[in-house]
Amino acid sequence: MEPVSDAVPGDPAAALPPLPGHNSRGRLERLLRRGDFVVTAELSPPDSADPEDVYRRAAVFEGWVDALNATDGSGANCHMSSVAVCALLNRLGFALVMQVSCRDHNRIAIQGNVLGAAAMGVCNILCLTGDGVEAGDHPDAKPVFDLDSISLLDTLRAMRDESRFMSGRLINTPPQIFLGAAINPFAPPLDYRPHHLAKKIAAGAQFVQSQYCFDVPRLREYMAQVTDLGLHEECFVLIGVGPLASAGAGAWLRSNVAGVHIPDALLDRMRKCGDPQREGRNICVEIMEQVREIEGVAGVHVMAYRQEEMAAEIIQRSHVLKGRRPWKRQP
Amino acid sequence: MGENVFRSPYQMRRWSVRHAHLLETIYGLFHPVLRLLTPLWRTIGLTRVEKPLLVIENAIKARLFDCQTCGQCVLGQTGMSCPMNCPKSLRNGPCGGVRDNGACELDGEMPCVWVLAWQGSRRMRHGQNILDRLQPLDHRRIGHSSWLEADALAGQSKRDGRRV
Ligand code: SF4
Repeated sequence: MEPVSDAVPGDPAAALPPLPGHNSRGRLERLLRRGDFVVTAELSPPDSADPEDVYRRAAVFEGWVDALNATDGSGANCHMSSVAVCALLNRLGFALVMQVSCRDHNRIAIQGNVLGAAAMGVCNILCLTGDGVEAGDHPDAKPVFDLDSISLLDTLRAMRDESRFMSGRLINTPPQIFLGAAINPFAPPLDYRPHHLAKKIAAGAQFVQSQYCFDVPRLREYMAQVTDLGLHEECFVLIGVGPLASAGAGAWLRSNVAGVHIPDALLDRMRKCGDPQREGRNICVEIMEQVREIEGVAGVHVMAYRQEEMAAEIIQRSHVLKGRRPWKRQP
Repeated sequence: MGENVFRSPYQMRRWSVRHAHLLETIYGLFHPVLRLLTPLWRTIGLTRVEKPLLVIENAIKARLFDCQTCGQCVLGQTGMSCPMNCPKSLRNGPCGGVRDNGACELDGEMPCVWVLAWQGSRRMRHGQNILDRLQPLDHRRIGHSSWLEADALAGQSKRDGRRV
């Protein structure tokens, strides 16, 4: 199957021609709206001012993912900004999901950044609350949290649909953006989580990406509630997946990264096997296969932190793309 | 949720959430009184009234809810759990970091205020209010009395969202 072929020939960074019923002019929204099962992946931005470092990190995903998430100081650690990563990669033709966290910027800075990002070709924005500063390498920093993920969604939707800032002042040319948010079906209060998704959708979320899924039965329960509420018809749900490098890495992730839920049985399986790294990938592939079959799931979001070069193999083995080949630069 | 993990300073918050229904009833009776008093406050002068009023408001709410005096009280929408005690001051629901035992991602000894809020809301008559979206905080109001402007809350929430 061909990649979305309505790209403007010659200029990889050019916006796609507008389509009715679409908010952005990017590939991700088109693929989702036409019903393709999509794959996105997390790109960790470098601690460097060299654009080559960004290009190198992105290249391993090329031809395997439909969009790359540029994280915004994830884990409250300092890295190259998401706006800059997006601007650099957009020039080459990559589709980006720009993450915006409420931790470091107030409403004035965020709205300005969003206009700037859209001007540089960013089509997808993921609205996040962000990790607390205590979690990162600058625990002494001032936590901003002027907005939360929901008021951020509300704000960006109004910028796009009503051409106005929060203050009410008019925007001459509004940003054409596809709005996303994060979900965590695995964190308490579990029975509230589907309602939280409903709240995010009411605020403007058109797609969501979840925290790592290591517990498929729990995800099934969540998705059953989501489909009961009809939320999957209003929002594309992408499930976060990723390979564990070892049982130790899994245990570390579980106790040190907020919101990651890993069942004991899974860590036992990692502990007992001969080649944990391989087993980690096998588990990830199995989870992807199972997730693809769950009603209401529109794609997967691969977070292969420090194992990025494995992402292509995992995606290929899982067959989630069913033979479809995502965008790749023309040779 | 493991009961004993949490330090005793949070016992009062838990009590308020357990008695969210009672507190809601009291608030329901108290609110019309505040509304009636608003013209009186205006005649006396808002700045003059605010100081003593704030002392009373704080004395009660700091004890019951660990109130942070944000000046735009939303306890009716948050299950009687003060959202300003969330280290990220989230006003629209929990972040994704809540621990498996219901503790805050940033303070393992504190129950997540939104886990408590959800529990409280389930006990309230108008518990569905927790599904409304709240506007971000007006930072100019911090440190002011929210009893002074009893109707200020009306502009706070957006009900265009679905209530499930
Ligand atoms: S875990 Fe709960 S209290 Fe802690 S930061 Fe997240 S929402 Fe706030």
